[in-house]
Formats: sequence, C-alpha cells, structure tokens
Amino acid sequence: MAMLELDNIHTYYGNIHALKGISITVDKGEIVTLIGANGAGKTTTLRTITGLLKPRVGTVKLDGEDIARHKANDIVYKGIAMVPEGRGIFARLTVTENLDMGAYSRNSKAEYDADIQRIFSLFPRLKERRNQIAGTLSGGEQQMLATGRALMAHPTLLLMDEPSMGLAPVLVELIFETIQQINKEGVTVLLVEQNALMALSIANRGYVLQSGAIVLQDSAEALKKDPTVQKAYLGME
Amino acid sequence: MEQENTTSWWLTAIQLGLIGGVVAILASLIGMVESFHARDIIAGQISMGETLLLLIMIGFAYSSSRNEQSPISTRVTSGVITGVTISLTIVLFVMLGAVVNLRSIFVNASPTLYKILTLEISNTALAYVAIVVVGAIVSLAASLVHGATPFWKRVISSGFFIVLLLALLQDLIRITLTPFPFITEVLSWMFGRRGQEGLSILGAIVVFLIVAGVIYNDAKHGAARRARREALPEATKRTRRWVSWGLLGVFLLIWPRIAGPVLSDVTNSVGLYILMGLGLNIVVGYAGLLDLGYVAFYALGAFTMGVLTTTGGEIFFDVRWTFWEALPFAVIVAVLAGIMLGIPVLKIRGDYLAIITLGFGEIIRIMFLSDFLKPYFGGSFGIVSIASPTIGGIVLDSSQTLYYVILAACFVALFVAHRLRDSRIGRAWKAIREDEDVAQAMGINLTATKLLAFATGAAFGGLSGAIFAAKLSTVYPHSFTLITSINVLALIIVGGMGSLPGVIVGGLLLAGLPELLREFSEYRLLIFGILLIVMMLNKPEGFLPEAVHKREFHEDENLSHAAGG
Ligand SMILES: Nc1ncnc2c1ncn2[C@@H]1O[C@H](COP(=O)(O)OP(=O)(O)OP(=O)(O)O)[C@@H](O)[C@H]1O
Ligand SMILES: [Mg+2]
Repeated sequence: MAMLELDNIHTYYGNIHALKGISITVDKGEIVTLIGANGAGKTTTLRTITGLLKPRVGTVKLDGEDIARHKANDIVYKGIAMVPEGRGIFARLTVTENLDMGAYSRNSKAEYDADIQRIFSLFPRLKERRNQIAGTLSGGEQQMLATGRALMAHPTLLLMDEPSMGLAPVLVELIFETIQQINKEGVTVLLVEQNALMALSIANRGYVLQSGAIVLQDSAEALKKDPTVQKAYLGME
Repeated sequence: MEQENTTSWWLTAIQLGLIGGVVAILASLIGMVESFHARDIIAGQISMGETLLLLIMIGFAYSSSRNEQSPISTRVTSGVITGVTISLTIVLFVMLGAVVNLRSIFVNASPTLYKILTLEISNTALAYVAIVVVGAIVSLAASLVHGATPFWKRVISSGFFIVLLLALLQDLIRITLTPFPFITEVLSWMFGRRGQEGLSILGAIVVFLIVAGVIYNDAKHGAARRARREALPEATKRTRRWVSWGLLGVFLLIWPRIAGPVLSDVTNSVGLYILMGLGLNIVVGYAGLLDLGYVAFYALGAFTMGVLTTTGGEIFFDVRWTFWEALPFAVIVAVLAGIMLGIPVLKIRGDYLAIITLGFGEIIRIMFLSDFLKPYFGGSFGIVSIASPTIGGIVLDSSQTLYYVILAACFVALFVAHRLRDSRIGRAWKAIREDEDVAQAMGINLTATKLLAFATGAAFGGLSGAIFAAKLSTVYPHSFTLITSINVLALIIVGGMGSLPGVIVGGLLLAGLPELLREFSEYRLLIFGILLIVMMLNKPEGFLPEAVHKREFHEDENLSHAAGG
C-alpha cells in the first residue's frame, strides 16, 4: 500500500481552479519528485497535502486514512513535515529557537537533545550559528535551518518545496546530498523542484505537472530521457 | 554631495533652532511652562518651567551636533547656532508679545509667562541679551557633552538625570523618609528650606558629585568587581540572590507604612495598571494580537464585582456576596468575554483586529451605560457601596490595607505570566506572533492558542477591574473609556513589548509619575505622545525590551554579535 496517495485532487483559490484532478502516489522509502514550470501548481499540491488548503474534490490518503480535510496542525502529528517554499523560517528568532519550534509537535524533552544533536551533525553550519538570528543567515543556511526544523518533528514523510531556489551550485549539491542522506535514514521524500536535472538524479520516480494536471509520470531514469522533459525542463534541444 | 554637506550644515543648525524655538513657544502658549513654573528644581533658582525650556534647548543643540563625521569644532558651532537660534526665536516672541496682545487668542500668554521667558529681568534690552547668552552657554555645554568621551557623557547625563529625578520626586522622598529623623536632617539640608520645593544649590552639586563618583568608580573597578562576583561559588551567589529578593520583599511589605495613605493610593493605582499591563502584554507582547479594547475586561471585572456584592447579588442569588466570593466570578466573566471576543476575530489580523477590538471595548462600555440594563448596572449612575475585601474579620478598606490585595494579585499575575512565557503555550504564542501559517505547519493549533491568549489576558484585566471596584467602592461606566486601553498599551510599549520588567517600569512611569506630579497630569496625553514619539525614534524596543523585540530593531549589531559568538 502506498504511503501517500492523492486521488483526483481538485483545489481552488476562490474560483481559480489550480489543481485539476491530480493523482500522485508515494511509496514508503522513496524519493519522488514533482517537476513543473512556474505556476504549474506544485506548491498548491504540497499545501493541499499539509492541510493548509482543502481540496474541493478528491482524497489525500496517508497510510490509508483520508486526511484531506484535517487541520494543518493535526497533520504534523501524523508524520508529515514540510520545508516551505522560500523556507518560511521565523526570521526574528534564533536558529535554536527555530529548531525548538520544529519540535513543538514532539513535546518530548528526552528526545529533544538527541534530535538537536542529529540536526547539528547533519548541518554543522547551524551548530556554529545556533544563536544567530535566523533572518540574518545566508540563503543556504536558511534552507538548512528550514530542513532541520522540519526534521525536528520526526516526519515519516518530508515535503520539500524547491530547496535549490536561489542557491549556488555547490550548495544545491550539498542540499541534495543531505536529502539523500535523510532518505537513507528512513524518511520518505516528496521533492518539488524546478531544477529538474538535479531532482531526477536523486529521485526514484517523478511526476510532471503542467497547468494543474499531471502530464507525465515515470521512473526518474525514464523521465530524464523523455524528449519533452528534456526540451522543457532540462534545457536540452 | 560633499560640497552640499559643507555649505549647508549651518543651515540645518538654524533650521533645527527654529523648530526648537517653535517648540519652546508652543510649550509656553499651551501653559506648560507657566504651570510647571510653580515647582522648583533648584529651590529659588530654577523652576521646572525653566527646566523645560532648558531641556528643549539642550535636546535640540545636542541633536544639532550629532553629525559624527564632521570635526568637533563644526559640531560645537552647529550646536551653538541652534541654541542661539532658539533664544532669538524666544526673544522675537517676547518682542511680539510686547506690541500685540496675544492673550486674546492664547489665554496662556500671560504677564507671568513673559516674566519667566525674560528670566525676570525688568530691563528689556538686558533681558534679551541674557536670553541669548543663556542659549549660547547651554547649547555650548550640550554640544561639548556630545563630543565628550562616552565616560564623561555617562557621568554628566546620569548626574543631570538623577538631580532632576530627585527634585521631581522630592515629595515622595520626603514622605517616605520622615520616620528616619537622621535622614530627614540630611534632607532638609539637601532640599530647599521648608515650604520651598526643589534641591538646594549645594544639594544639587553634592548629588551630582556623588553620582559622578559612583560612575567613575564603576568605570574603574566595576568590571573587576563583576568578574569577582561571577567567580563566587554558585551557592554564595544563590544566597546573595535570595537575600536581595528578601530585602525587596520586606520593602514591598512595609511600603504602605512608609508611604502613608496618599502615596499608598497612588501605588495601588500603579499596581492595578501593572496588572492590566501584564494581561495585555500576553495578548499583544507574547501573542502579537493587537487589542485596543482591553478596557472591556477591566470593566467587566469591575461591574461583576459591583453587581455581585451589592443589590445584584440579592436579585440573582438572594444574598450579597463577599469580595472573595465574587472575585473568581469577576475573573470568569472576563475570561468568557475574552473567548467571546476571540472566536469571531480568529481569522483577523493586524489593523483589522485592532479596529474590531476597539469596537468591542466601546460596546461593553455602552452596554453598562444603557438604560435597558439600568436596573442591573445603574446606567450612568453606576453601582455604589461595593464591598471591600475582608481577611479574618479585618476590613481592607483603606489604601494601606488594600495595597496587600493588589500586591498579591500582581505577584500571582507576574508568576503566571513568567511561567507561561517559557512554557509550551508560550512557545506557541511566540510562533503565531512571528508567522501564523508557519506556526500552524509546526503543529500549533491557531484557534486554541489565540483563544488562550485572549482568555489569559482577559483574566488579568478582570482581576484588576474587580479590585478596582472594591478600591473605589463605586463603579461608573465613565471610568472605562478607550483612553484606559490606550494607557495600558502605551505602558507596555514604553516598557518594552513582551518584557515583564518592562511592564513594571512602564506602569511606574506612565501610571505613577502623572499622579505624583500634578502639573503633569494636565498634560498627560501630550507628554505620553511626545514620549512615545521620542521612544519610537530612539529606542523603539522599549526601556527593558524582551530579546526578540530588541533584535528586530538592532539587526546589524546582532550580526557582529553573532559572528563573535
Ligand atoms: N493565494 C492564491 N490566490 C490565488 N491564486 C493563487 C494563489 N496561490 C497560487 N495561485 C495560483 O495557482 C497557480 C499554481 O500556483 P503554485 O504556487 O502552486 O505554482 P508553483 O508550481 O508552485 O509555481 P512556482 O514554481 O513558481 O513556485 C498559479 O496560477 C498561481 O497564480
Ligand atoms: Mg511554488
């Protein structure tokens, strides 16, 4: 049984029909990527999964349970955490305070120290800067912080919205390596990316989203070779 | 750019001087200078009205010499130009007053005012020269201080501040220290003679020297002493901390005996304001929900107390309730109202929230004022003969005894607010204050978190109101206007949003000072306004800011700090 299963999801902003019946499945242990142009509906998809938006039609099943109409704060407790687009860190709080917020749903003092150590070993840069105001971190550091904060919630499914946005190639590589590592430690990842090449190189499978509908889905290898993907998203002629 | 800078600095200085002059004249025309003149800062020499004018000069001269890049000579010249311009503006005003009768428009343009402005010198020409000379000297001193080393700046500004403070608070000081004959002896020498107000010249000099000495000593040995204190064993440190808290506790306990009935009453008002400030601080400071209708909870607490301990108690329950029986109900009613206000505004943020809460405050006031509910709340006549609290048969109906109820309430509120800040719910409040969407994504239930903020805030407001009703033994709807909400908000802004010590300092400053200095109370709103503007420009995070809010306003300093740590 798939871990996450979106079935025929229609999401609206007022009367703007943003998602037009999309279906996606993510199996346990996978890295699945969702690629698409600006405005295709990638962020909308993630916001629908995390409960920040409610679909008008369709189901979002997590381990068989329909969570489509649950509240966003309850969904965190079910094991889904998101690294939002543009990072969404608490800019005025320190690095540590941000991580604390990530552990809000855990409410366990005992695990907290171990969790923090884990984040710091994953991102040594954050350890150096643990008392710095998050808003003053560099873009890459903010991305690490947002990722670390999501991991503090012990997610079984991690949703990442364009983690490579605005980062230098070296940092992009670092972030993607970390995603792979997190995945190896047992976290399932749904990765939204515009950097299709990088995303497809670490993902097992991928979906191509266009104007609110899935137009292609296949293994990452196959998608990389697909002529339309190559033309539209990989910048190859 | 360079060119422009060098040619126009004196223009800027004159500009500042003109503004300063207008400010000084305004302060005179609204009657502030004259009404402040009644109180002396230095007995028989300098009145508070004159001090006000001097402070305006000092302030403007100081900011005129602010440009750090230019050489010291330019800065001092600039300051002096500003000061002299202020003086000349005042001279012009006095000249104008001599030919035109300004009094037909400005009632405060009285002969006394001109006498104050001309330094009580009868020879006109001489007076004009004197004004200019005073302006020049004062501004020269101010700009020299500006150019001085940080150490001297500290010595001089603290010295002045303390002298001013002592002079202003001398009533308070004299009353509190009468039980100690020896000190009274010293005081009568330090302050002017009996009946005269203000410090004696010698007293002022001695105070100034003492302050300077203390600061000098601190600058020289302070660091070493602090280091030594740091190095003490943990146990000793703890004992010392307990001893200082203990001393503070004893002081608070005996305060009403020292202070006497009048000062105790002022203290009680301050205490009730602090209580409200602690509540509003949770809503605005912790959770970031701007509430302009906070007075509603104060009113609800007061009226619940009023109704239950008087006829209302009989109507509903056949018996008059005591203060202690009614108190929890007053709090509960306020909490319910807090939740009632909270539910409809859950999805509303920022400006809109402020407007809706403002409306809520008015609705509650008008409800108590209404004819419809007059049988219960007495309409504009309010409720009279409200019960005083009793403890073991003793009726706490004087300001000196009621003080203890208020003190206890403040302590409970302080403790609760302190514990809440570091708790899980405190973390949730902090998160929704920073970003509601992200907070929700962290697993924070927005509804519960916001309602809890409104409810807790309302509880403190209701408690304060209930005690207020017992303190006055009467309540009128007119006591619960928007201005109270604004005062409480101003109190936490001045103290520092989200900061508990800030609430106390804000309460003492904004609720205490106007009561002590009756001249101030007439200009209370004007002074609040100026204070708020000056604060927003110079210290937007408040006097005793909470860490997060401090950061917000000093981002660049943080960067360097963080890089160091
Ligand atoms: N709050 C909103 N109100 C109205 N329309 C919205 C809103 N948010 C997004 N949309 C619209 O929904 C569509 C999908 O937006 P979405 O943010 O999901 O795109 P995306 O694939 O994440 O794009 P990008 O790669 O630029 O982040 C867009 O046409 C966008 O304009
Ligand atoms: Mg997006």
